[in-house]
Amino acid sequence: MKNEDLYNYVLRLGDDSLILGQRLGEWCGHGPILEEDIAMTNISLDLIGQAMSLLDYAGVLDGQGKDHDALAFLRFENEYRNALLLEQPNGDFANTMMRQFLFDAFRKPLYEKLLESTDMQIAAIAEKSLKETRYHLKHTSEWVIRLGDGTDESHQRAQTALDLLWRYTDELFFQTEEDTTLISLGMVPSMSEIKAEWSKTVLSVLEEATLVIPTNNWQFEGGRRGMHSEHLGFLLADLQYMQRAYPNMKW
Amino acid sequence: MVTKESILSWLDEVCDPEIPVLSLADLGVLRGVEYLNDEWQITITPTYSGCPAMKTMEDDILLKLKEHGVEAKVHLVLSPAWTTDWLSESGRKKLKDFGIAPPENEVDKSVLFAAQTVVPCPRCNSRETKMVSQFGSTACKAHYQCLICSEPFDYFKCLK
Repeated sequence: MKNEDLYNYVLRLGDDSLILGQRLGEWCGHGPILEEDIAMTNISLDLIGQAMSLLDYAGVLDGQGKDHDALAFLRFENEYRNALLLEQPNGDFANTMMRQFLFDAFRKPLYEKLLESTDMQIAAIAEKSLKETRYHLKHTSEWVIRLGDGTDESHQRAQTALDLLWRYTDELFFQTEEDTTLISLGMVPSMSEIKAEWSKTVLSVLEEATLVIPTNNWQFEGGRRGMHSEHLGFLLADLQYMQRAYPNMKW
Repeated sequence: MVTKESILSWLDEVCDPEIPVLSLADLGVLRGVEYLNDEWQITITPTYSGCPAMKTMEDDILLKLKEHGVEAKVHLVLSPAWTTDWLSESGRKKLKDFGIAPPENEVDKSVLFAAQTVVPCPRCNSRETKMVSQFGSTACKAHYQCLICSEPFDYFKCLK
């Protein structure tokens, strides 16, 4: 096993958390009701915290003395490895909840498996993050059901969100050749296991929400290889502004 | 001479910046104090990954020890992960007196739309309260309201 393989894996986890955390943070002060404004920023904060732990560890594996700040603020779009789903714009509240739900349903079983990782640091981060992720998944599942099985308008908005975001879900389960080595060493789980768990959660919640999975199953991918949608550049311009404008500034 | 006991008693004065009645020991965030490699090593663990108070707690620990002429290092560990079981008995009482309902010994159910945990009002002790939001003023709290005295209050949510 090369450190580089594990670095790439941890970087994907860290970038997913960071980019989604940044997106959710955009709701700060704009939530439909005060409680949801606070809930979304709470979840955002958890994700940013997880990103800090993950990117710090990626920096250790990389061995060039980079910490989470260096990795978050000083990389270009094509160096980011987050899935395309997570950089998609917030849209309306239904769209944000749907995106978050599709991700939480993926992250929870992933952390549950990473808990058993033979890599102690990955297992520790998973142990910490899993407790938070359970709260997130419960929250977003309830919203997806409430919106889907709600009024005509909320149902239609939730269905539109699902139709729009479904095409980005396969990419979450991206796995490289190098990952198979990590899997055989018991460091990370196989994505097929995670997908099985994910499908179970997603299908049961969507059914209760009276929402229908789009029949067109055309899937996008690219984020895991550094090929992003144009949305990521704008997001990073916001995220990285201070460090780019005033290099090495601290506050 | 500086002993582990003296360090612990000084650190008793270092409180959570968001909940100033709780010391880091009460909160269960302080995990270890030991003398290693000619230096005092203080170990703390975060309540939540993104808790912005962690950095302040670290600075406050170093500042407090410095007042006593002690240089130390603060380490952050993630495992075993923090749980509200580590909240001390005195900590639970201090929380209630401060107006924050201490964690009930029950994690909020993962079952969707499950009946919520009964949390007594810290002001009038009524058990008729309702959850306003799972996410409150900080990551570790939920937002409740008492249906009897109408007081809105924070609930330090159970995490296991």
